[in-house]
Amino acid sequence: MLEDKDRIFTNLYGFGDWRLKGAIARGAWDNTKKLIDKGHEWIINEMKASGLRGRGGAGFPTGLKWSFMPKPDPARPSYLVVNADESEPGTCKDREIMRNDPQLLIEGCFIACFAMQAHVCYIYIRGEYILEGQRLEAAIAEAYAAKLIGTNNLHGWPFNIYVHHGAGAYICGEETALLESLEGKKGMPRLKPPFPANMGLYGCPTTVNNVESIAAAPDILRRGAAWFASFGAKNNSGTKLFCVSGHVNKPCNVEEAMSIPFRELIERHCGGVRGGFDNLLAVIPGGSSVPCVPAHEMIDAALDFDTLQKLKSGLGTAAVIVMDKSTDIVRAIARISYFYKHESCGQCTPCREGTGWLWRVVSRMAEGRAQKREIDMLLEVTTQIEGHTICALGDAAAWPVQGLIRHFRPEIERRIDQYAANPHSEPVKDFGVAAE
Amino acid sequence: MSVRRLADQQPASFAFTPENEERCEEILKKYPEGREASAVISLLWLAQKQNNYWLPKPAIETVAEKLGMPLIRVLEIATFYTMFNLAPVGKFHVQMCGTTPCMLAGSDAIKNILLKRIGEQSQVTQDGVFSWIEVECLGACCNAPMVQINEDYYEDLTAENFEKLLDDLAAGRPVTIGSQQGRVTSEPADGLTSLTSLYGADGRSGPLSALAPNQS
Repeated sequence: MLEDKDRIFTNLYGFGDWRLKGAIARGAWDNTKKLIDKGHEWIINEMKASGLRGRGGAGFPTGLKWSFMPKPDPARPSYLVVNADESEPGTCKDREIMRNDPQLLIEGCFIACFAMQAHVCYIYIRGEYILEGQRLEAAIAEAYAAKLIGTNNLHGWPFNIYVHHGAGAYICGEETALLESLEGKKGMPRLKPPFPANMGLYGCPTTVNNVESIAAAPDILRRGAAWFASFGAKNNSGTKLFCVSGHVNKPCNVEEAMSIPFRELIERHCGGVRGGFDNLLAVIPGGSSVPCVPAHEMIDAALDFDTLQKLKSGLGTAAVIVMDKSTDIVRAIARISYFYKHESCGQCTPCREGTGWLWRVVSRMAEGRAQKREIDMLLEVTTQIEGHTICALGDAAAWPVQGLIRHFRPEIERRIDQYAANPHSEPVKDFGVAAE
Repeated sequence: MSVRRLADQQPASFAFTPENEERCEEILKKYPEGREASAVISLLWLAQKQNNYWLPKPAIETVAEKLGMPLIRVLEIATFYTMFNLAPVGKFHVQMCGTTPCMLAGSDAIKNILLKRIGEQSQVTQDGVFSWIEVECLGACCNAPMVQINEDYYEDLTAENFEKLLDDLAAGRPVTIGSQQGRVTSEPADGLTSLTSLYGADGRSGPLSALAPNQS
């Protein structure tokens, strides 16, 4: 089990003081100058050596991402943009960092900007997080007042940071959509290449990182890459915030070592599955975008990128959604399909039309009002969406449905038989899910 | 995608209050020169807040003029982002999260209460006090089910405490923001399982404990 001394987020639950004084007492901003004096290259190499993989879902190595930034050019300033548009269903970790330990994030932004030789950072926070945004603004004001950041700061690297809020669009969590939104446009993802490291915000070199990745950076550098790499399986190193929701006795956020087995995580921190592990039906281990994994495969699996990929799912944001045997699994997935239908930006036809199509068909299947041949047709349609869109929202809409069919086909067929035995003409229930 | 249109009945004009004008200037300072469009979401949000949490057409025009943007560019922002209410809402506008993690935790019961007490979505009650809408994941999944009422999150809801919350709001009684079951944030209920060496098992007895629940 991860010990308290090895935890990065020491005020995760807000039992301590979130202000600068409290953060300093917990070790934030401790001799940051010494890290800066070691130079850009040392920081980037140390981040690479730590094996930190991006915590926003895709798991791209953070150090490597930082190394992609071009040499500074006065005509095209570099930017760091922090993705705090936390909207992946199941995920609620960045919120706790921003409201309970905002200085970790601010210090991380400062160090990351220095490493990439950028002087300006924008934090794009989702619009609904109003309290969290205010906390962050207050924390930034404190850091400015203490001269930790600013044009003339104690560390000798001019640095300004701004909070920018969105207005309720999941798609703005996609990095190029986020940049579009930050420029004052609709959040529609850009075609890549060019990648943001070359053409990002305002056409300038930009790196977009998740809150948790950035907030972990100062501790990793202070304690050393080897310390961070000592947790978790090879290639999956470090500690990670897990957001456990759904049918556990005590849902919570918790920081644990990567590769912790599912059973151990749930028993230790969440008071077990509701009704015991025998009552477990399935788990969505990484936020709504990843396919569900049935109980028998999940119970003793390690929670990390590689293990879950082998189970044809993914770690994503480590938002573990637990479903017990009382769950209407088809309806649960139908609700996820509705989510993607609602959040599709409408730019690419396969996604705009396909997400609505998936939702309607899966909703019908939840009541058994379908033909069995439609199951294969549905699967075929998901493959027509997946990989045929500019951004990954199309993939994210397709995967949960594929997971459902892969593992719960007999359940769908059972419902179809049940309905066929007693058909009726009531409207499909969940079609009224939204007023539009 | 969702289809969103401006309301049929619009006020004749809109102007920022002097206070908000100042706030606009502050916001504009965040962005480089020539990139004023970046402030569009913030300004629209400010306008919406000033106008009882809904965004009328004259406000969209005011913002477009202020930022030197073509009206259509601002109009498409206002219709693309779902936090902009394009029609009047109640004094307490309830945004109920109905996405899967909340659904698993019982948001159907919350939805039924809203249907019973307030009526259909996007309709304001006769007395103008309540309106509601089902929204997608609000990012408080460890505290599901939850709603956002105006700017505040109300978490760990049950049918009983949610009814009481609505009663209290309607009667103008003080309410607790955040968890309705006494949790501070998203820690495990009844006792920490981590960080105990810093805060004690109850969170309030360790060397770093500073709490005051719901500290401001």
